[in-house]
Amino acid sequence: MSRQTRGRKFTTIMRIFKTGFINFFRNFSLSVAATAVMVVTLTIVLFFVIANATFNHSIQEINDKINVSVYLKDNISEDKKEGLMQDLRSLSNVKELKYVSKEDALKQYREDNKDNLELLLAVSQTDNPLPATIQIKPKDPSRNEEIKTVLERSDIKELQSDETSYSGDRKEAIDKISTATTFFKKAVFVSVVVFAFISMLIIFNTIQMAIFNRRDELRIMRLLGASTWFIRGPFIVETMFYGVVSAVLSIVICNALFVVQEQAFDSSTLGLLDITYANQYFADNFFIFFGMQLLFGMSIGAISALIATKRFLRFSNKSHILWRKRQQTL
Amino acid sequence: MYSKFAIIVLMILLDRVSKVYNKNSTEAAISRISLHVEPKEFVIVVGQSGAGKSTLFKLLTREEKPTSGKIIVGGIDYENLKDKDIPKLRRKIGVVFQDFKLLPNKTVFENVAFALEIVGVSNREIKHTVPKVLSIVGLKSKEDRYPRELSGGERQRVAIARAIVRQPKILIADEPTGNLDPKHAWDVIRVLERINKFGTTVMLTTHNQEIVNKLKRRVITIKDGKIVSDKANASYEV
Repeated sequence: MSRQTRGRKFTTIMRIFKTGFINFFRNFSLSVAATAVMVVTLTIVLFFVIANATFNHSIQEINDKINVSVYLKDNISEDKKEGLMQDLRSLSNVKELKYVSKEDALKQYREDNKDNLELLLAVSQTDNPLPATIQIKPKDPSRNEEIKTVLERSDIKELQSDETSYSGDRKEAIDKISTATTFFKKAVFVSVVVFAFISMLIIFNTIQMAIFNRRDELRIMRLLGASTWFIRGPFIVETMFYGVVSAVLSIVICNALFVVQEQAFDSSTLGLLDITYANQYFADNFFIFFGMQLLFGMSIGAISALIATKRFLRFSNKSHILWRKRQQTL
Repeated sequence: MYSKFAIIVLMILLDRVSKVYNKNSTEAAISRISLHVEPKEFVIVVGQSGAGKSTLFKLLTREEKPTSGKIIVGGIDYENLKDKDIPKLRRKIGVVFQDFKLLPNKTVFENVAFALEIVGVSNREIKHTVPKVLSIVGLKSKEDRYPRELSGGERQRVAIARAIVRQPKILIADEPTGNLDPKHAWDVIRVLERINKFGTTVMLTTHNQEIVNKLKRRVITIKDGKIVSDKANASYEV
């Protein structure tokens, strides 16, 4: 490629960008409409990603709290205790084992109830009613059967002082949450698709209008020998610019909501919807999110513009005359 | 059939070109037209409305494809021309329309510059070239005006400036004086003559008898889609 050709290509690309930007402001009301619907789409996407991470985090946190507590009789020998620990450690679903001795259990109990004199008086150093405990943290709390089978074995059963605690009620709660979040994810996915489709339709129409408004100019360009990309390019730049503006706006909106929320109420009581975590997650991944929004917005814009210009500029083989048919119908 | 020599030497070559718009009827807008135009020639195509002048024009700018026949302009055979190369063809031909086809929201300067912008000419070059061309058509002083502020003749001269700014070898003007009063029509014709003197082949369609008679140039007369006469130094006879 000669230097002149390269120079001309560069000049042409710069002009395509410039025209695209000018057109963005020239069709201002149309641009605003197209941008607005794209902001909605991108904001939904952003919320979805953050909410998804937050729910996963909450479920993980609750999962982490679930453990199986095996209460041991007081008179068990060290060997038998170690043997039991060994047996449990070999199970595939066991993530972690923790032994809490009678003394540690008492210490913990006192710590937990330090404001309650009555409960403190019920136990004393000499007469410790608390059993030693093996706490089992399962990898997957919904598959505790394996652990249960081992604990139900008669030789192990006789080592235990009380019924094993499986945190059963919590498991049920987790299942409910999982179902709810799965439903939530599906619902959001559907709305993302629907809104993305709507934004594409609106951008599509915006471009159709723009082409219609500027049909004389485009026809003249064509007759003067403007290349296909010189005509299509600005439309694509314009719609990608919608994407950029929308990405910025959706990030700003999201950020603003977090700021307002922080000032408005204390989020620590909201349970599953851990807004503090969501906020942190958003802040930590800010640039990834921004990049994702940019990419998504620009893709929606570019794809709709490509389809619309292909459809309405009619560069196809049969009619070289631009919009011969359209001019008759429009 | 034609030697390479003929293709290179001739500016415009039409060989038995026909155009039928409606496939179901046999009525041809142009039927079996053959003509040669040499470089630097000034050719006038005359004929009444509906004779086929505009169709001829559209075939030359490749707005329409011929139903049959061969068209070669400036060494480009239209038969082998791919769609994506049509812009390249149009860059080699200057075109002037009866209705000017200027962009109303651009100034005179910008309208002319536009033809250079779309082919990627740098701004510096545009600033250098456009005023020169505007002075050729006598509009140097009005480069900041908008088309609506100009007379019809001036607008047409802007359109001519736009057509020649890329220095095409051929200028095709379709009824450039059609919308103009006699005085302005002559302004436009004088500009075309001057451009022709610089070496550009000019093909002009018109039905203005006075202009044809005074110019004393080669005249091709079309009637009902056929060439009925082709004479040098001729006058208007339909």
